[in-house]
Formats: sequence, structure tokens, C-alpha cells
Amino acid sequence: MVGMGDGLILFGAAVPAVAEKPAGEWDLSAEVGLEARVFANKPDHPGQSGNTFSPSLFIAPEIIYEWNGGDDRATLKPFLRLDRDDDNRSHFDIREANWLHLGDGHDLVVGIDKVFWGVAESRHLVDVINQDDRVEDLDGEDKLGQPMIQMAVSRDWGTLTGFVLPGFRERSFPSDDARLRGALPIAGDDATYDAGREDRAIDIGVRYTQVFGDVDFGISHFHGTSREPRLSVVAGATGPELRPHYDRIDQTGVDVQYTADAWLWKLEAIGRGGHGSYFGAAVAGVEYTLYQIRESDADLGLLAEYLYDGRDENGDAPLTAFENNVFVGARLTLNDPEDTTLLAGAIIDVGDRSTLATLEASRRIGADWKVEIEARALIDIAPSDVLSGVRKDDFVTFRLTRFFECSRGTSSDPPEARNPRVDACRDSHRRPSSSGRYVR
Amino acid sequence: MGHLTLTLPVGLLALSLLAAPAPAHAETPEEKGRAIAMETDKRDHGWGDSDVRLTMTLKNAHGDTSVRDLQIRSPEMNEPGLGDRSVTVFFKPRDIEGTAFLSHTKILDSDDQWIFLPVLNRVKRISSRNKSVPFVGSEFAYEDLVSQEVERYTYKWLRDEPCGELTCHVTERYPVYEHSGYTKQVVWTDTTDYQPRKVEFHDRKGALLKTLLFKDYRQYLGQYWRSHTFDMVNAQTGKSTVLTFSDYVFMVGLSEQDFRKNRLKRAR
Repeated sequence: MVGMGDGLILFGAAVPAVAEKPAGEWDLSAEVGLEARVFANKPDHPGQSGNTFSPSLFIAPEIIYEWNGGDDRATLKPFLRLDRDDDNRSHFDIREANWLHLGDGHDLVVGIDKVFWGVAESRHLVDVINQDDRVEDLDGEDKLGQPMIQMAVSRDWGTLTGFVLPGFRERSFPSDDARLRGALPIAGDDATYDAGREDRAIDIGVRYTQVFGDVDFGISHFHGTSREPRLSVVAGATGPELRPHYDRIDQTGVDVQYTADAWLWKLEAIGRGGHGSYFGAAVAGVEYTLYQIRESDADLGLLAEYLYDGRDENGDAPLTAFENNVFVGARLTLNDPEDTTLLAGAIIDVGDRSTLATLEASRRIGADWKVEIEARALIDIAPSDVLSGVRKDDFVTFRLTRFFECSRGTSSDPPEARNPRVDACRDSHRRPSSSGRYVR
Repeated sequence: MGHLTLTLPVGLLALSLLAAPAPAHAETPEEKGRAIAMETDKRDHGWGDSDVRLTMTLKNAHGDTSVRDLQIRSPEMNEPGLGDRSVTVFFKPRDIEGTAFLSHTKILDSDDQWIFLPVLNRVKRISSRNKSVPFVGSEFAYEDLVSQEVERYTYKWLRDEPCGELTCHVTERYPVYEHSGYTKQVVWTDTTDYQPRKVEFHDRKGALLKTLLFKDYRQYLGQYWRSHTFDMVNAQTGKSTVLTFSDYVFMVGLSEQDFRKNRLKRAR
């Protein structure tokens, strides 16, 4: 007697091309990296570690479970870093822990997630949802996970997304004895808030996006606790220190990109109230790409952006290094099998010529390894510039990352169909997983 | 990685040019070539949306290989002249896993393309590049992989000749796109099932640049033929790229929503 289960297996085998929704599919992977920072100079401030060479290790696993043919997905992405010299940099975070539901014309996310808004390269002005994981790097691109309920509705007139953000993440800062902490130690544990409920206040956000031909447009509004703290000097136990204060703000943001063949024209602008007077800030720029330069396969992208920020400098608003700056950069992509990429960039203060320069190179080795080198240099930093606290902290980072994967197939696979080598996660050169199944 | 996107390679199958069924009058070679292209294109209609996983094996002149593993999803767009949409997701190498491209292909204009960068969770619209650029360092140029709409070329049928155990129509075609990397292509299409068997690509100087062989054809839903191996060899450098396709899955229930920018970050 052929039972239902047998029937389905036979049906699946006889007509391999018909989509059969699997009961659920796991995907497990991880990155493990070794990093070494090398500091070019002796530290500038008393109490800072004098180690030239500073190693750290990070582990970033990723666990994904999909069901209903991919309409539902659960994601877990924890992150752990262990840093020998910076106790605050040794930290654990849940980058993502959420349920995603892809509905008919709407998407729902419940849990911890990471959201990116914006089009510019040098400063992500409108990107306001996630807090910076500032101990990770200077460029503001590493973020802490943010709890949220996010609902996106997509129609012909565009996509409208609403965010309810319970739970606030405080910014991470280097330890008192670490490099890159600045002129004064930061008392991160003593943060104060405008909101009576402090980090339990609920923030909200809304965003509308649409593509109009060659123009990608976005407008957003955020009402809640500023992710940027105001650092005020207070008297600490062992001397002056900086205490973070998180204001309640309202921020309206616009981001636009106009794409014309090899030219990308970008604009991000915000208006923000809640730090003293209302102010505006903007980043505007262009990216031009030269393809297959000199008969090779390589592409060269050239970037230039102007940064403006109109906030009061009297202490009512968090300090920024980007009130009147120019960014220039170049990105060389070799388009080789190893995906070798080189980046060079500099943000220059128009007023005092203080420069933050960056040089990055990355390349894959084999199938499972990647090597990266990143240099950050602070050049001609004026004593009055916001960056003066870290002007002796130029450093180069060497990073070696190993990528692991254990894709376990579906939980409804009959046991004889499961590949024992896949379950053991030993073979890193496996063939692609099961064919004929609908995998979103 | 190259800022290119891979639309459904079924488009490559429309490279084939057929003998016109029964010409009512003497056709010029140009008319015959175009009629063949239109017949092939018509044979593919009705396949609905599809989803295919493929492995791309790059080999250099020394025999060193590197492997990429990706998935392509595509809806069927029934309006002629509209072009195709597709989402391409990379699974291997693992450092680029989750990187995805969304492409809205235009027939003769630059395409609209977006890339999703998993590290930043960022969707970025990228320059619609020159289509002669190689796709992720392989021997396939972007223009080789977009769906081969009839209007992209002008044609001339040359002759019929044996090709292996079959007989093939041999036709030349000339790209209309002004920035194409090719002056002409020569296509061998079998007369039995009207599927392309071989294509020769000639570069801007007219010299033979690459040869593409289609192998391992299988039939789906009793009607649609799909080649499971595309073998592209660069005659000038000795490098090659082999695309090996897993089973195609048709009518997977992809909606138009899945080919919009806001869903690209959910592609993996």
C-alpha cells in the first residue's frame, strides 16, 4: 500500500521540475577572523596602552531556517569579538534575531535586525535606525542589532515601511586604556537620557521609497532617542571624563540617487530637531566608473562628495567632524576570480585641512579564506578639530577570515536522501544542494 | 566583483536560429535568419517563472580553477520589447554569499541594476555598465547572458551543414547595441529541436574571440528544452568558463514583488 509519504516522494521523483514546497530548510554558516592592528605612533594620552601590535579575534555565526517555501525565515546572527588590549572592544552582540514573513505585497520583520538607509559613501546621514558599534571601526559602518517591528507595504506607487523600535542600544566606545578613545575617557556606563524611560523608550520610524526611472528616491522620518550621544565633560573619580547624553530627536531625511550610465549622482539631506536649534546637514556627490581600463578587466570608480553640517557648535548638539568637508576616493575592482579590490579615500576639512585618509585592499584566497588590509591615517589634524583626540592613533589592520558552511538540507528529507557528509560539515567543496526544490 | 547581473540563461537558448517552416516566397538570407530567430523565441513562451541553481567553473590557461555557485530567478515577461527581470544570488564563494543582483533588462538601452551588499545590508543602484564587460571574472560577458531578444540583432542565414549526429542551420548575426564587444556571432542550430549547439563570437576587430558549446539538453514539462552545460572557451587567451545548471524549477510562484528593489535584501 503506497502511503501519502511514499506518494509524495514518487511524485517528486517523476516530475522533478514541479515546485514542491519543502517543510523547512536550514542554513548554517560562520566567519571566524583573526585581526591585528598595528599603531604607527606612541599613544597621545595618559593611561592609553602603548602596545604597537594589538590582536583580536571575532566569530560571527549565521543560522537561518526557512519554511513555507521561503515565505517565512528565521535568522540568528550573533557576533563575538575578543580584543587583547581593549576591554570594551571585547564584546558580544546579537546582530540579528528575527522572523521575516514575505507576504503578498507586504513584508514583516519582528525581532532584532539591521536596516540601512542611504546612498552616500563618506557619511551615512539618513541611516538612523541602528546604533554604531563604534568599537569595531571608525567608519560608522559596523552596527549593533536593533529590536524592531518592521512592516513594509509595496505597491505601484512605492514602498512604505513603518518601524516600531522598542529598546535602545547605547553606543560602544573604547575603554579608558585603549587607543582610539580620544582625549578623555568616556564613561559609557553613566549615560543619561532625555527620555524618562531611558533605553526602554519606544522610537518610531517611517520611510517611503520609490524608483522613478533613473531616480531612486527615499524620504524618511525618525522620532525617538538619538543614536548619536552628546558627550559632555564631567568630573570623574580620577579626572575629567566624557559622559554620553542621548537627546530625543525628530529627524527627517531625504536620499536620492540619479543613475546615468557610468555616472551616479547622490544626495542625502537631513533636518533634525532636539539638540538645541533645528539644523540641516547634507552630503552630495558623484561616482563615475571607468570600465575595463586599459584593455584589462578592471573597473575604476572615482568618487567625490561634499559634506555639510549646520549644527550648533556650542555644545547643544553632538560634535561632528563633518561640518564642512570634501571626500575624494577611488575604488579599483580587478574583476578577477579572487575578487581583488582596492579602495583609497580621504575626507578633508575645508576649514582647517584636517584629513582622515583610508586605504583598503581585500582578496579571497582559495575558496574559504579572505585577507584584508585596512589603513587609517590622521593627517595634519588641527588641535581644534574634533579628530584631534585620535590624531596619534593612525593604524593598519590586518585581517584573515575563514568562512565555514554547513547547509543541512530540509528537515523533511527522507533519511536515505540526506548526505552524511553535508551533516558532518566536513567537506568544504560540496556540490550545490538538492536540485529541483524551490529555494528562496 | 563585476557589477553585472545574470538574467535567465534560457535567453541564451534563443540564440538558435531555425529554418523557416515553409517559406511562401523566396526569402532573402536576412529574412530567413530573422524568421529563424523569431521561431525560436516563440518556442520558449509559456515557460512561466523559473528558478535555477548553477555552478560556474573558471579555468585559466594553466588549468587552475575557481568555482562560483549561484541561483537565478526570473519571471516571464510576455510583452515583447519589455525585456526581462531577474534576481541572481551568490552562494559560493562564501565570502560573497548573500550578494544579490536585481536586473531590469532593457532591449537596447542600458539596464537598471541594483546590488545587495550583505555586509552593510545595503541595496545600491549601480551604473548600467557597458555590456561587453565580463561577468564576475568569467569568460561570459554580460551581453552574452541577458535574454537574447530578437530585436537585439540583425541576421543572415549562411548554410546548413552536419553537426555531430544532427544537421544544423548556420547563421550570422550582428549586434544592434552600439557598445557591443562583438562585430558578429555565428550560430549553429539543430534542425530537429531548434536548439543552439554552438556559437562563435567575433571581437571588434573581426577575429574569433570565443566559442560556446551547449551540451546536455533535457526536456521539461514535455515541451521546453534546456541545456545544462554551457562551455565557453576564449580562443585568444585559453581561459574557459563552464556553467553547469541544476534542474530548472518552473512555475515556482514568484510574484512581480520578488523582482522589486525593496525585496532584493531578502533574496537569499
